[in-house]
Parts: sequence; C-alpha cells; structure tokens
Amino acid sequence: MYALRLWSTRHARGLETVYRLFEGLLAASAPLLRAIGLRRLERPTAAVEKLVKGLLFDCRMCGQCVLSSTGMTCPMNCPKELRNGPCGGVRADGACEIEPAMRCVWVEAWDGSRRMRAGAAAFAALSAPLDRRLKGSSTWLGRVRERGGAPS
Amino acid sequence: MIFADEPEPGQPLPILPGHSSPGRLERVLRAGAFAVTAELAPPDSADAKEVYARARIFDGHVDAINATDGSGANCHMSSVAVCALLTRVGYSPVMQISCRDRNRIAIQGDILGAAAMGVCSLLCLTGDGVESGDHPEAKPVFDLDSLSLLELARTLRDEGRFQSGRKLASPPRMFLGAAENPFAPPYEWRARRLAKKVAAGAQFIQTQYCFDLPRLKAFMAEVEELGLLDKVFILVGVGPLPSARTAEWLRSHVPGVHIPDEVVRRLASAPDAKREGRRLCVELIQAIRALKGVAGVHVMAYRQEEAVAEVIAASGVLQGRVPWYPSRDRQTQPQKAAS
Repeated sequence: MYALRLWSTRHARGLETVYRLFEGLLAASAPLLRAIGLRRLERPTAAVEKLVKGLLFDCRMCGQCVLSSTGMTCPMNCPKELRNGPCGGVRADGACEIEPAMRCVWVEAWDGSRRMRAGAAAFAALSAPLDRRLKGSSTWLGRVRERGGAPS
Repeated sequence: MIFADEPEPGQPLPILPGHSSPGRLERVLRAGAFAVTAELAPPDSADAKEVYARARIFDGHVDAINATDGSGANCHMSSVAVCALLTRVGYSPVMQISCRDRNRIAIQGDILGAAAMGVCSLLCLTGDGVESGDHPEAKPVFDLDSLSLLELARTLRDEGRFQSGRKLASPPRMFLGAAENPFAPPYEWRARRLAKKVAAGAQFIQTQYCFDLPRLKAFMAEVEELGLLDKVFILVGVGPLPSARTAEWLRSHVPGVHIPDEVVRRLASAPDAKREGRRLCVELIQAIRALKGVAGVHVMAYRQEEAVAEVIAASGVLQGRVPWYPSRDRQTQPQKAAS
C-alpha cells in the first residue's frame, strides 16, 4: 500500500531499531529454527514475510532484502528494479519517469536514509545483481541459512 | 592530433602503457586534449550505407561516435551492429549498452563480440523504460543496472572471467564509460553516484544535456570535493535546440532533460530560433570548456546532425586539431612512406 510505504520511509529510524532487535532475535533463535528444519519453515515464513513486508514496504519478495541500506524503501518498486541508486530520468518534482504519480523510490530512499543511524553511507556500497532464483523465498531464513552472516 | 603509430584503418592502435584499450577516445583524453564526441542516430534500416552516411557528417569534428542502443526505448538498428560497421573503416565508436533489453548472458556475449570487432569504448547505461518508446507493450528486462553492468564489464576485462567465474581466453580491452545526470533530483546525490560509478569501473562519463550552467558548476565542485577529477574524464552533454517548441517538447517528454525557462524564452523571442539555438550551444560549449575538470563535450544533435560540425568549429574547442576520419591521412600517409 503506497501510503503505508511512505509512512515506513518517514519512520525509517524507528523501523531500523525494530529491525536491529529482530535481527538479534533471529540470530538467537537460529539453532532452534535449524532444529525444526529450514526447509519445513520456508513456506510459512515466506508467507508471513510477504504479508508484513508487503504491507509496510510493498515488498516484492526478491529474496535478497536490502531495506536497511535503502532508507527502508524497497528498491524493487522502481519500475527498472534499480538497486544502486536513481536513474537519470527522475522528474524535477522527484517523481518517477515511468510512473509520474509515484515518487522515485530512490528519492524516498535518500530521505529515509538520512533519518537512519546508518545514514547515507550505506549507499556507497555496490549492490550485486539479483540472484533471480531466490524470488519468492524468505530473506529472513536465508540469513539464518548463511549464518554467521547477520540479516540486513 | 596524428598518432605516430596510426594503423591501417580498421586495425587497432597499439595499447599504450597505462591504457586499458586500443581506442582513439582513450588516447585523446589521456593525451590531455579537449575531446569531442557526438551521438549517431541509428537508422531504421538494414542498409550499411545509411550508417556510413550518418557517420560522415561528423568527419573531422569528433573523436568518437556514440552508437545508441534503442534510445528512448525506440526500435532502431542495434548499437553492436552500428559499431561493427564503423570499426570496419576505422572509426572509433562508443558502444552504448543498456540493461533494458538484454540479460547478463546476452550482454556479456555482446561485449566480447564487440571487442572482437574492434570496439574499444563502452558506455554502460540503465536505459529508458519501455513505456517511453514505440513498443510500450514489450517486456522490460533490467536484469542488471548501470552500476552492476559497469562492474561486470570491468570483471570481464580486468579479471578475464565471466560473472559466473568461467575464464576467458582473451579479455575485452575496453575503455569503460557511464552516464550521469547532474540535472535530475536528488541533486545532493548525483556526485556521490558518480563516485560509485567510478568505483565500479567508469573511466569516462558522458552527461545528459546541459542547459543549466550553475547546476553543472555546483555538480563539478562536488565532484572535485570527492577527489574524482583525476580519476575520471567528464564529457558534458550539449546540443543545439532548433526551436522553443522543441525545447518544450524535450523537457516534457524526454526523461531527464532539464531546460530552464530562460532558455525557452530566449529561443521564443529570437527572430531566427534555429540560429539562436546554435549560438546558445556554442556559448555553452565555451563556458563548459572553461570549467575545471571537464575533459570534453558530447554533442547530441538529434535530427540536426549537420549542426555538430558548425557548432564545434564555431566554439574553437578543437584548437586546430583535426580528429581522425577515414580519408584524413590519405594525403599525408604516402608522404610519410616516401620520406
């Protein structure tokens, strides 16, 4: 939902805190999740993730979530699915070149990131091209799977 | 500028130490000359003669010719084919490659093929959305974005491998470029985005049309502050506007083109708008030339390509230099051989 997505960006700092807490929770419960079986958990977890993140961020379930380094704005809402910043077509009023009724997700990301502790520094890192095989899968469980890595 | 090691047309120049390509554009820029590039509009045709006719217009005025890749998401002859035709006779094209129409498998194949055909410069672009072109019903691909495309090209060249890790027998020797638009929001981000492109592998930049000098100056100041001036060659996009109406159309229909009101007013009140547009372009080129850190201009003169020669000559930026073109050395070469 577009309005809620904009709300999330405005409250990027609070959501960052929630994310950090959740990250710790996920790390702590990793052994338990593994004991239950990550494959068994995949479908229900992905469904919950889709619901929660879909509501808050219009999440597209790319399976490689970068929300916390993009100002709590999902870059998959960019019609070009850009993951490394805005294209050159952003309109003077900050609207998307392709969908004039929508603000450029990267203009939003810029605003959101300035409210966050991590700040705009996160943008400097190059985001690798998506692994299209992960579409529809849970990023949360993905992090548990590749752990030690922390969720983003 | 005549290189002592000028090869037979169609053959690559030797790669100088510290250079990444056998290309003319890299040579000119690294030699410190103010470079001029121009955009060739690819024909809606399968006739090679049309490509050569369009290239000939620029003879003696430009160091490299950009072959666009379905610009504005409109269908034309492909950039890889235009470049292959141009390199056959010795021109030095900049192959534009956009992420809109091809995935990483096709793009890597095209880069290898282009290098094999003598293409030495690559401009890595995201590309316009299909919605703005003549086939809005097409599937937009965008498997990569301009940044990941740059990094992919650099990996092919410097590490001699595909993204998958599979080794190449011979890597593509290419001078890598990217675009930037200092005239689109978020303005605070544009110089940082340039830094990111440089980090990903960009060695030269061609910008979107510049009609707003103060904005460009602010952008260049930030670029300098980030310490990028000696890391990347920046060519600023310019172009003659034929009328106030075209200016209005461009700024409302072409993504990323910013034309200030006073420019439109100046064209509207001029008795001869076409001449005024060219005069304005010359003034801009001269002002841009004076800016610290600008390495050249990229002239985009869609549907008035004949204006490029006139505008470049009037601006005096080549300072008497005659960029290479197929018949340039025909008179001097036999003399060189005889002496």
